[in-house]
Amino acid sequence: MSREGTMSSMDEENEWDLLNKKTWKGIGLADPIKTIEDKWLLLPAFLKIKGLVKQHIDSFNYFVDVDIKNIVKANNKITSDVDPRFWIKYTDIEVGLPDRNESEAIDKRVTPNECRLRDITYSAPIVVTMQYVRGKNIVQRKLCIGRLPIMLRSNKCVLTGKSEAELARMIECPLDPGGYFVVKGTEKVILVQEQLSKNRIIVETDPVKGVVQASCTSSTHGGLKSKTYVATKKGKIYLRHNSIHEDVPIVIALKALGIQSDKEILLLTAGNNEAYKNSFAVNLEDAAKLGVFTRQQALEYIGSRVKINRRVIGPRRPAWEEALEALATIVLAHVPVRGLDFRQKAIFVATMTRRVLMAVDDEKMVDDRDYVGNKRLELAGQLLALLFEDLFKTYNSNLKMAIDKVLKKPSRTNEFDAYNTMRMQGDPLTAGFVRAISTGNWSLKRFKMERAGVTHVLSRLSFISALGMMTRISSQFEKTRKVSGPRALQPSQWGVLCPSDTPEGEACGLVKNLALMTHITTDVEEEPIIRLVHMLGVEDISLSTGTEIYGPNTFVVNVNGTIIGLTRHPHRFVTQFRKLRRARRFSEFVSIYINNHHNAVHIACDGGRICRPAIIVENGRPKVTSEHIALLKKGKATFDDFLRKGLVEYLDVNEENDTYIALYEAEILPTTTHLEIEPFTLLGAVAGLIPYPHHNQSPRNTYQCAMGKQAIGAIAYNQFNRIDTLLYLSVYPQQPMVKTKTIELIGYDKLPAGQNATVAVMSYSGYDIEDALILNKASLDRGYGRCQVLRKNATLIRKYPNGTFDRLADAPVDENGQIAKKYDIVQADGLAGVGERVDPGDVYVNKQSPSNATDNTFTGQAASVPYKNTPLTYKSPVAGNIDKVLISDTENDQTLIKVLIRQTRRPELGDKFSSRHGQKGVCGLIVNQEDMPFNDQGINPDTIMNPHGFPSRMTVGKMIELLAGKAGVLTGTLQYGTAFGGSKVEDMSRILIENGFSYAGKDMLTSGITGEPMEAYVYFGPIYYQKLKHMVMDKMHARARGPRATLTRQPTEGRSREGGLRLGEMERDCLIGYGATQLLLERLMLSSDKFEVNSCSECGLMGYNGWCTYCKSSKKMVSLTIPYAAKLLFQELMAMNVVPRLVVDDA
Amino acid sequence: MPTSTQTFNPRRLVGIHAERVTDVSSTDYPGHYPGEDHSWSLDKFRENLTVKVQRLSQRSIDFDIVGVDASIANAFRRIMIAEVPTVCIESVYVWDNTSVIVDEVLAHRIGLVPLNIDPSLIAMKSGPHDTPTDRNTIIFKIDITCSRNPSAPKGSTEPRELYINSELLSSHLVWAPAGEQDEVFAGKPPAPTNPNIVLAKLRPGQSISMELHAVKGVGKDHAKFSPVATASYRILPHIKIKQPIPPEHAEKFQKCFSPGVIKIDPRTKQVSVDEVNVRNDTVSREVLRHPEFADKVELSRVRDYFLFNVESEGPYTPERLLPEAIKVMREKLAVIKKSAEALRDRATDGDVVMAE
Repeated sequence: MSREGTMSSMDEENEWDLLNKKTWKGIGLADPIKTIEDKWLLLPAFLKIKGLVKQHIDSFNYFVDVDIKNIVKANNKITSDVDPRFWIKYTDIEVGLPDRNESEAIDKRVTPNECRLRDITYSAPIVVTMQYVRGKNIVQRKLCIGRLPIMLRSNKCVLTGKSEAELARMIECPLDPGGYFVVKGTEKVILVQEQLSKNRIIVETDPVKGVVQASCTSSTHGGLKSKTYVATKKGKIYLRHNSIHEDVPIVIALKALGIQSDKEILLLTAGNNEAYKNSFAVNLEDAAKLGVFTRQQALEYIGSRVKINRRVIGPRRPAWEEALEALATIVLAHVPVRGLDFRQKAIFVATMTRRVLMAVDDEKMVDDRDYVGNKRLELAGQLLALLFEDLFKTYNSNLKMAIDKVLKKPSRTNEFDAYNTMRMQGDPLTAGFVRAISTGNWSLKRFKMERAGVTHVLSRLSFISALGMMTRISSQFEKTRKVSGPRALQPSQWGVLCPSDTPEGEACGLVKNLALMTHITTDVEEEPIIRLVHMLGVEDISLSTGTEIYGPNTFVVNVNGTIIGLTRHPHRFVTQFRKLRRARRFSEFVSIYINNHHNAVHIACDGGRICRPAIIVENGRPKVTSEHIALLKKGKATFDDFLRKGLVEYLDVNEENDTYIALYEAEILPTTTHLEIEPFTLLGAVAGLIPYPHHNQSPRNTYQCAMGKQAIGAIAYNQFNRIDTLLYLSVYPQQPMVKTKTIELIGYDKLPAGQNATVAVMSYSGYDIEDALILNKASLDRGYGRCQVLRKNATLIRKYPNGTFDRLADAPVDENGQIAKKYDIVQADGLAGVGERVDPGDVYVNKQSPSNATDNTFTGQAASVPYKNTPLTYKSPVAGNIDKVLISDTENDQTLIKVLIRQTRRPELGDKFSSRHGQKGVCGLIVNQEDMPFNDQGINPDTIMNPHGFPSRMTVGKMIELLAGKAGVLTGTLQYGTAFGGSKVEDMSRILIENGFSYAGKDMLTSGITGEPMEAYVYFGPIYYQKLKHMVMDKMHARARGPRATLTRQPTEGRSREGGLRLGEMERDCLIGYGATQLLLERLMLSSDKFEVNSCSECGLMGYNGWCTYCKSSKKMVSLTIPYAAKLLFQELMAMNVVPRLVVDDA
Repeated sequence: MPTSTQTFNPRRLVGIHAERVTDVSSTDYPGHYPGEDHSWSLDKFRENLTVKVQRLSQRSIDFDIVGVDASIANAFRRIMIAEVPTVCIESVYVWDNTSVIVDEVLAHRIGLVPLNIDPSLIAMKSGPHDTPTDRNTIIFKIDITCSRNPSAPKGSTEPRELYINSELLSSHLVWAPAGEQDEVFAGKPPAPTNPNIVLAKLRPGQSISMELHAVKGVGKDHAKFSPVATASYRILPHIKIKQPIPPEHAEKFQKCFSPGVIKIDPRTKQVSVDEVNVRNDTVSREVLRHPEFADKVELSRVRDYFLFNVESEGPYTPERLLPEAIKVMREKLAVIKKSAEALRDRATDGDVVMAE
């Protein structure tokens, strides 16, 4: 502000007073703007209502509450071809609560944990209400048509909304995220699938072929999917679709869609742009050359090229009719054709054409396939909906056939009741769901869908691995393609997909993980939105011509990719639309944005869009204030309140482009529209464990994301009640000294996987090269790194179809009345006692099976059949203890026995450890406490880490973690290493100084061996170390002699088969190069598959027992030693009519 | 005018610099300095050696050893950690354990409990398969069952009030005397030194029944046998103010050291080193970080001035630990001496058979 003239001192004084006066709510003009304290609290509030795996649960809820009803509504009537009076109509469908699927059960309630333990499926009945004709009446009945596996913590799950105490009673962990299924006792996750968005135009170029094409994959609720292209070919533009044999010149296609005038075609595609007009003109000429001028001609042209696949043989229809049908129902099926009004579809095709023209003119106008806004995520709900639709249709058609079969019978004794027929249908839905989820094969012929590997077993290696799996996104791109585009980090991933958490190797960049605040939308009804758009003054597209559509200042309004209207005031329209959304007049997940390149406004309300919340900023001030946060803190407001009051809104990736988001409050400018809730939410749950990740070299964070999932720790509160195939538990897990906010939010501080080790960064003994670690023996004695490995061993006590059955037997007694050592622990019931030690070779389930179990002709007494021993014996080289024995029965009444065997292990040489910074290492040496260096306080390190791990890895975060950890130890508090924040190094150093330590974290150590001070100061303090699941005990392997493969008589391969260690080609090359012939002979033959063979020196064929069967003589037989594999080869060659002859020279 | 604490021979000082430590090894051995006689003599050693107890409490002791080489001081430290024997629970026989803690882990926890048994009263087992006798093994028993407390106060949520025996504590280890142990240990019945160590938590219906065998062992076999929580030393800090510190920096200078190490004359703001408290300095090297104190102060430590701190956790009173360590050391020396003598006496034969 500039002032003119001079101002009296009085005036100046007043001015100052005015500035200092408390004007508004006690805040003066000169006061600094108060920042929103603790706005990160919105994050826990968000997670509280949404949970960590909200995307899965929301999607499943949408399926069972909404989508399943829509599917049934679309297929609700079954009629009979035989009796025209008969019909069945489904009026409603309902998914119940999970219950026990056993008719004789009194208590029908079931918990997920029971399903896990008993190998049954956690499922709920699907009940339909239907009306049907019985005799002359119409009756209404309810019927269970099948069972649907229920997602844990979804609307239909018994765990939803339960308190911690109730969950504890159900033996369920309150920190477990849910979002998976329990099918036949295994936990199965349906991974999020990433796809290109449907019903949107994508323009691409192929620079090699010089082709520009606009494509659109149509997907409607009927489930039909087809892809339509508008592409250039030799300078002309064609429409291409699978159902049409030949590419159709675009002008013919447009004419067929009802735009007959060339002028109108030109206007709708090229508009008034000279460049576009020029490049389009040739297409008009093309159509003229082909003699297509009228709509009828165009339809005839297309009709003769349409692929006809009609099952019902009827009268042949004229070509134009075929074309009309194809254009109306197959090509771009998502664009509605009402009556025979093709206007909308024509405009859609014209738009595609225009986009091609634009891209031909300016190659920057192509779309980016990898842009996250062009992606949709397919979730469990959508996949289940497809599966259900397929199964339901099959069910109905089978039912129809069955009903027809009965109705066909001329004279029936009693009144036909379709209810009974339905009950006789078996259980195709249940079986279909269970099969699909447990195998992961989604093969739906109806939708031409053949996908394998959709589901995965939930990894329960650690809490983090389970959580990480729930946020994983797998891509549809094949892994072998050598393109970098889909794998690269996209700028549009910001805030919605974690930039760090991706695997290394072949799936790198294709498998991604959601960020902490990401939400995936579900479908929102489109019609109300369209009505609203028109009410806001958008003109209907059907009423406009090309001149208007592409006129200056005119913006096209799209809803879910389909053009519905025009507006001349896009900004006003968008602002109004957003205001209504913030007022919650419609779903908060509907997004709107302006695309200035295409002069278009896009509204999206389809499912699978990725979005995240942000604080709304208006007039340079965030709408969320400290007062709001205070309410939140008191528990008087939830995240939903913030949404409802329009303080916070969801932005999808496309709408983000319309915003100007400030990272911090101080950075708000007048043009700012939103404020980030917290910067660290751009990382995912797994990357959130890393302290100070913003100080690390980025690949290190990625490595840690992979390793955090292998860390041994606590996996769930119910970990001691679970019987998993393999369970790793830490005996004394600790929460990290340096936490992050993410750690607290996901509950890693309650289910940690690691221990705070005192680390000295120095070299010691030479056994620490190549990242090896030195461990303190006394620390190990006191329990550092101790872990338990629990392994499940299950068997079924089966009943066979021939009436015989397996049995359990007590330990056999020999003639002296003694029990053999290996049956030592077997008790009278044939099972090992809980707590007993199992030594290698011991029997822990003494099962016996009938020797004629497969003999179906057997009719004798089941009890009198001979039995053979089929015991379960303990194979591990190290003794274990019986932890648990479970006897139960499965759904089909087979007795199930599960034995959990536990090993408690202390760290040993070669066990793998890692810090939280992608710094892994194996234990290289275990040193006695007295040999360890010590500082002035007498503290010995638990671990010594070689400093060479730092320079090339640049994991500065680890160094800061040590510093913060040391400061935390000294003050007795936990420090924070939250990304883009956390405890500051300066503060940490100050704490160190105040406590008499060097500011740098380096201590003066004394050698434990010489007793003299060390010549260098040593970086010394606590770092959180994880013990990884790779332990020497599970890998150690050697053999002198052992089993051989039957076919080749060579030693078997692999540790599990007690195999040999192969001397491979390269090793062989070395020995050849060196000339060690005798060693070669020994390694490759004598120690492997040495075989004595008799060979005839006359005919060169192999004989036996000194007799040549070919020469019928034993005169010239010689004995040779050859590899058995060579003998095998000769015989195989002989079988192929090739005679290999052994020419023996100096025998 | 340079001031410093006591004046030490500069050869006895270890240099403390900002990024390194110098002169860590002693140099007073024959042949290092030309023309000086550093041959070892008992008289000289006696004259230089000082041992002084600075502080003694129930659990720990601070004492100084001055005038010995680092190797000797370190030997005492190492022996106290690893070779002074104690008695600890080694074998656990589990009859019943229905608690949430599994047998191995509970056994491990029990093993770490320090016992008050005087090791001199017990013989060392010769091997893991040596038969236990009343001379080498002490038996404890645990028999505990948790149950609901019928007289629990209403509305209480404290497990201690709700249940009886909600925790297995070290005080639940009951000594079961065998043979003549009753008389031998009459004065001090064997028990854990600390009765309040929580070993396991129990809930109604859970019970633990075990027999525990304690044997004598040394810390190098397992840390539980170590009689000390820690035994360590540091060497005496030494501060030399080479140039006077300007009065305006006096307080800052003082803050660079541990409290009480630097005295400031209230009147003249003259800075000096407190001779008694200098031992409390943590040698944080903070003073070396500030440019205003560059070249004004020299930090060092006295190489042969060892400030020991020993925390006892086992049966020994803190003051007994050093004599025990010396005892062990003398035994070891006796072995070496005997072997060396054997070597000397039979050197002509060629092969030497080591004693024991």
